[in-house]
Amino acid sequence: MDFTEEQIQRYSRHILLQDVGVEGQEKINNGKVLIVGAGGLGAPIALYLAAAGVGTIGIIDGDVVDLSNLQRQVIHFTPDVNKPKVISAKEKINLINPDVKVIAYQKLLTAENALEIIQDYDFVVDGTDNFPVKFLINDACVIAKKPFSHGGILRFDGQTLTYKPGTACYRCLFHSPPPPNAVPTCSQAGVLGAIAGMLGTIQAAEVLKYLTGVGDLLTNRLLTFNAKTMEFRTIKSKPNDNCPVCGSHPTVTGLVDYEQAVCDIESHRKNKNK
Amino acid sequence: MSKISVNGKAQEVERPISITELIKLNNVAQPEMVSIQLNGQFVNRDDFDNTQVAEGDELDFLYFMGGGSF
Ligand SMILES: [Zn+2]
Repeated sequence: MDFTEEQIQRYSRHILLQDVGVEGQEKINNGKVLIVGAGGLGAPIALYLAAAGVGTIGIIDGDVVDLSNLQRQVIHFTPDVNKPKVISAKEKINLINPDVKVIAYQKLLTAENALEIIQDYDFVVDGTDNFPVKFLINDACVIAKKPFSHGGILRFDGQTLTYKPGTACYRCLFHSPPPPNAVPTCSQAGVLGAIAGMLGTIQAAEVLKYLTGVGDLLTNRLLTFNAKTMEFRTIKSKPNDNCPVCGSHPTVTGLVDYEQAVCDIESHRKNKNK
Repeated sequence: MSKISVNGKAQEVERPISITELIKLNNVAQPEMVSIQLNGQFVNRDDFDNTQVAEGDELDFLYFMGGGSF
């Protein structure tokens, strides 16, 4: 791949990095990344990956922009309210960087479409708010041997883990989805807006590290932080032999759509009817 | 008295206790939702009652966290 003068200028701060250079930037430009969810986490992830020049960004979300989203979903602007999130995100990505090819999927990731959609990508980023889809992403990526970044935020806390085939998966740590409504989601419990940016940019950095091969990924380590104390911790983990999907006797061998929390579905309906 | 660590912080327990008791002692809001790692190994939920915590043990309590889509 030959960079134009304009591209060399655009990506100069990456190219200047000894660990990245022209070669690393080429890897970024050839990268294909799927972002699941164009919300609080998906927004900063998409913005930074677009700016970095990731060649193909797939973005999947079935929702429309709601006024209550704008407190943290920084890729959506006030005039975007009621617009499909993937369209709003695609517009901003194209404005930031016309080099990026955006594939917008205005739908939910489901057990039926997950494997087919993720197969086209090098890396998957979980930017979803709900456990059914978090487990679906994990299972699909483990089954398809696809690396991904898990991210979760709640109130003042965030956590993230990167998976590569052979390392601890999300289910190694969290065996199965919590019962619907057992654990509040952001739409129920609230979240400090900037937390989404803190965690999403960590996930974006993991994607760029993966694509360029620079540094040590957050594999076999769960990073957690609390913004009230600003304490960060990484908890070392390893693949769990009893893991239902990647353990030695897997019980999860196909994909399932787990039940959604009722109030999440209600809030979706409310958004759609607006 | 046994010195252990929970999520990187030192804690003392007066007598040998099970993981279930330790969860209670730490006032975990939803004990049925926490994942526990003992010295780097995940403990099956079914074993929380019969796994004892001893001097020098390092425990990690991991909690479910949603995300930011909506
Ligand atoms: Zn696993």
